[in-house]
Amino acid sequence: MTTELGMPSVLSGLVGVPHLTADDPKQTRKNFTSDAEVRWCPGCGDYAILAAVQGFLPELGIRRENVVCVSGIGCSSRFPYYLDTYGLHSIHGRAPAIATGLVTARPDLNVWVITGDGDALSIGGNHLIHALRRNVNLTILLFNNRIYGLTKGQYSPTSEPGKITKSTPVGSVDTPFNPVSLALGAEATFVARTLDSDRKHLTSVLKQAVEHRGSALVEIYQNCPIFNDGAFDVLKDRDEAQARLIRLEHGEPIRFGVDGSQGVVRAADGTLEVADIDAAGLPNVLVHDAGNPNPATQFALSRLDDPTLSHVPLGVFRKVARPAYDDLVRAQVTGAVEANNGPATDDDLAALLAGKDTWTVTG
Amino acid sequence: MDDTAVVPAPSRVEQIDSVVIRFAGDSGDGMQLTGDRFTAETASLGNDLATLPNFPAEIRAPQGTLPGVSSFQLHFADHDVLTPGDAPDVLVAMNPAALKANLSDLPRGKTIIVNTDEFTKRNLTKVGYTASPVEDGSLESWQVQPVPLTSLTVEALKEFGLSRKDSERSKNMFALGLLCWLYNRPTEGTERFLKTKFGRKPEILAANLAAFKAGWAFGETTEGFAVSYEIAPAPAPAGTYRNVTGNTALAYGLVAAGHRSGLPVVLGSYPITPASDILHALSGMKKFGVTTIQAEDEISAIGAALGASYGGAIGVTTTSGPGLALKSETIGLAVSLELPLVIVDVQRGGPSTGLPTKTEQSDLLQAMYGRNGESPVPVISPRSPADCFDAAIEAVRVAITYRTPVLLLSDGYLANGSEPWQLPSVASLPDLHVDFAPEPEPGAPAFRPYDRDPATLARPWAPPGTAGLEHRIGGIEKADGTGEISYDPDNHDKMVRLRQAKIDGIDVPDLAVDDPHGDADVLVIGWGSTFGPIAAGARDARKAGIHVATAHLRHLNPFPANTGDVLKRYRRVLIPEMNLGQLSLLLRGKYLVDARGYNQVRGLPFSSAEISAAITSLATQIEEGY
Ligand SMILES: Cc1ncc(C[n+]2csc(CCOP(=O)(O)OP(=O)(O)O)c2C)c(N)n1
Ligand code: SF4
Ligand SMILES: [Mg+2]
Repeated sequence: MTTELGMPSVLSGLVGVPHLTADDPKQTRKNFTSDAEVRWCPGCGDYAILAAVQGFLPELGIRRENVVCVSGIGCSSRFPYYLDTYGLHSIHGRAPAIATGLVTARPDLNVWVITGDGDALSIGGNHLIHALRRNVNLTILLFNNRIYGLTKGQYSPTSEPGKITKSTPVGSVDTPFNPVSLALGAEATFVARTLDSDRKHLTSVLKQAVEHRGSALVEIYQNCPIFNDGAFDVLKDRDEAQARLIRLEHGEPIRFGVDGSQGVVRAADGTLEVADIDAAGLPNVLVHDAGNPNPATQFALSRLDDPTLSHVPLGVFRKVARPAYDDLVRAQVTGAVEANNGPATDDDLAALLAGKDTWTVTG
Repeated sequence: MDDTAVVPAPSRVEQIDSVVIRFAGDSGDGMQLTGDRFTAETASLGNDLATLPNFPAEIRAPQGTLPGVSSFQLHFADHDVLTPGDAPDVLVAMNPAALKANLSDLPRGKTIIVNTDEFTKRNLTKVGYTASPVEDGSLESWQVQPVPLTSLTVEALKEFGLSRKDSERSKNMFALGLLCWLYNRPTEGTERFLKTKFGRKPEILAANLAAFKAGWAFGETTEGFAVSYEIAPAPAPAGTYRNVTGNTALAYGLVAAGHRSGLPVVLGSYPITPASDILHALSGMKKFGVTTIQAEDEISAIGAALGASYGGAIGVTTTSGPGLALKSETIGLAVSLELPLVIVDVQRGGPSTGLPTKTEQSDLLQAMYGRNGESPVPVISPRSPADCFDAAIEAVRVAITYRTPVLLLSDGYLANGSEPWQLPSVASLPDLHVDFAPEPEPGAPAFRPYDRDPATLARPWAPPGTAGLEHRIGGIEKADGTGEISYDPDNHDKMVRLRQAKIDGIDVPDLAVDDPHGDADVLVIGWGSTFGPIAAGARDARKAGIHVATAHLRHLNPFPANTGDVLKRYRRVLIPEMNLGQLSLLLRGKYLVDARGYNQVRGLPFSSAEISAAITSLATQIEEGY
């Protein structure tokens, strides 16, 4: 048996969160910077991400006390300590679960989940996929350094096959996850990838993620100079990057390479492949549609990125509208309260306790 | 009853003071419903009562087999009832499997009402009978009332044009009607119930009503049933009553606590027997501001509850033993965050999957110690089905007053068992109002999330959204006061002790002792659902002339302040538990008393006879100088 849910209309990610008024002093990066001493290793990619977030949060114009950062455990999960907002550094892998309860209880909060490749995809894999399928209104930043940083260098679920680490002295035999493919398979409504070192791109992706209502998963390739240095160097070297990075723009043909000479086209077997545009013809180059409700092509795009990073699409793979879990849950509760003509009274409670079958004993 | 159709036979009515009835049949026979309805009618007559449903874990074990037998026992009386009864006076056996599975519990001389229609060769063979026990004389020592229940039901329903199979389904209503006649129970409640339940299916409603009335009429007109019985109402304080199961009372307690605190209740739960009914009940309480989240697993469920608590709601999670094991790490986080959280464990037989539908008290040590580090958590346990209501309110009170996770230990017997409950007035329920940390004045010093209230040692509850209180907290050790990360050895030592002192200092009422003679040598002390059997066992022992004292621990952490004094007043301390001695271990460890355990893990509550025998044997040992 099913019922019509009477879906609330799909809103912006920040609806319900109090905004600053004209009288409030303007917020700056400084307002969002806590006193805590930042304790990442020198050169860690996490610094760049922190700087980007601290720089970008004031732009949102929402009240700082309504921003909450929930993290799991890992180097990346120390992130909340460095933002002068509310912050909850929880336990390994469980941040999406905790954030689900928080945001469901509190529609006035802008809730971020900060997680790593181990935190999100190993121990917390179950919570991540369920948050995504429910479409809980959360912005999830997945710092992917393809290694366990905090525990000092074991391979992770995104490490490339054959990787030599402390726990895989003769090479890892695991097949890695592609976080974007995983999220698309988990019914995510917003999926994006960006790079720690590309501040501009990172900020533009974050902006779209926050404005999205529902779960927004942003994979951030992040360098760990101590245990997996240079994991993304090929994406940071100008020439290499030009040959490998595919920047996705909704509604635009997917082109990259020197002077946009390469493009993504549909292969004969229906999958996607990279081709010389001169040979393939510009009209045959795929136009990116992040809003396609069917994720098949978005998934095919995500598969261009193999563990060797030969072609890496960056940007928003998918952005579709679907009511957020927490909005639906609250709508059922407020609907019941309204049907009751307002919050339950003492009499309502007394009637509940009494039920249908009572008897009276007279003294 | 519409009795115009039958000529009432002149039947005799006998007064008795109590009776124990067990309905037993196949899982598909509707025995739980039959028991529930009989209970409701009995409750409305004002008898005191206690019930014990007992059913297999399988939804439909193979029909007619021993593992498929489901039963419902009800004890009711004209006086205070403390247990569902040690042994039935009347067994209603709907098939050979039900007879075989239950006969050993039925003392000789007691009554068996047996559905002879089901005693076919095939059904008899299924359970290993070579001949029908109803006919081969093997039931000679009991009073057997053979009733062709199935065919009588089919006959009564023939005018409805139902298939034979559909008509047979109503045989439980025929049995119910017969028993209602036999014990002079009212019938309006059941008629009303059927009308609500089958309101949209008029044929089924008519069939069930007809079967029910036919069962009643059968009793009235059949010579086999010459006597019917009456049990007068039990004296009870004036008030309005209802019958309630433990799971329902517990759910209502949580709703009431939300109402009295003015805070929303957010339940995160993952289904597990025997706790799921609390999730079901609370999912229907949305108008009371209750939000339910059915999570992907127990870890997520408690995570969501804790997240909601962090946000200023009453976070609750409900589970059974295996789920509690999964929640350990998050309970530890809640201990460290010092946020309110209520964890309900409806205990069942363990370890592992254990006995999902049977009762046990074997999670006490898990509740106390099942976490890494020094991680004290208050533990509260209800003593009876109706008491689940008050215990839930108490758990919320402790959680929000002291900013701590609280473990509420119910069990399978309390969850599904029922008893009359005197309805409290809403205004008489505890006032659970709490204050969140206020917005600081401009220029006030930085917020210190780990400053403590000197009286309770609770830290401020500062949900996000208050300007000026922005702060970061987590599971890493925090500096006393500021809440900043601290690895300082002295600070950690201090924080571990502070968290312990906070729990140790929770105000719990003193332990009350029931010692009517005032000179008992033996103290029987229990917790949780053994309350009823211990009270009944002690009552029996006292009737036999033994002086015995009893006490019941509702708070298992911290123990009431006078617990040690009470224990030391008696020469012998007896601790009956449905485990291998978990409370014994705690009391012996803490108070250095030579407490003796009386332990059983059979998936069933103690009988009062077992308890009184244990008391007698201990008292005799003392007399004999041991
Ligand atoms: C229950 C539990 N298991 C294991 C750990 C140890 N641990 C802490 S962080 C971590 C892996 C972190 O890797 P990742 O999420 O990739 O974060 P990074 O440090 O790379 O940012 C592990 C295994 C833990 N803290 N808790
Ligand atoms: S170990 Fe790696 S990820 Fe962790 S702080 Fe150091 S550089 Fe960053
Ligand atoms: Mg990592």
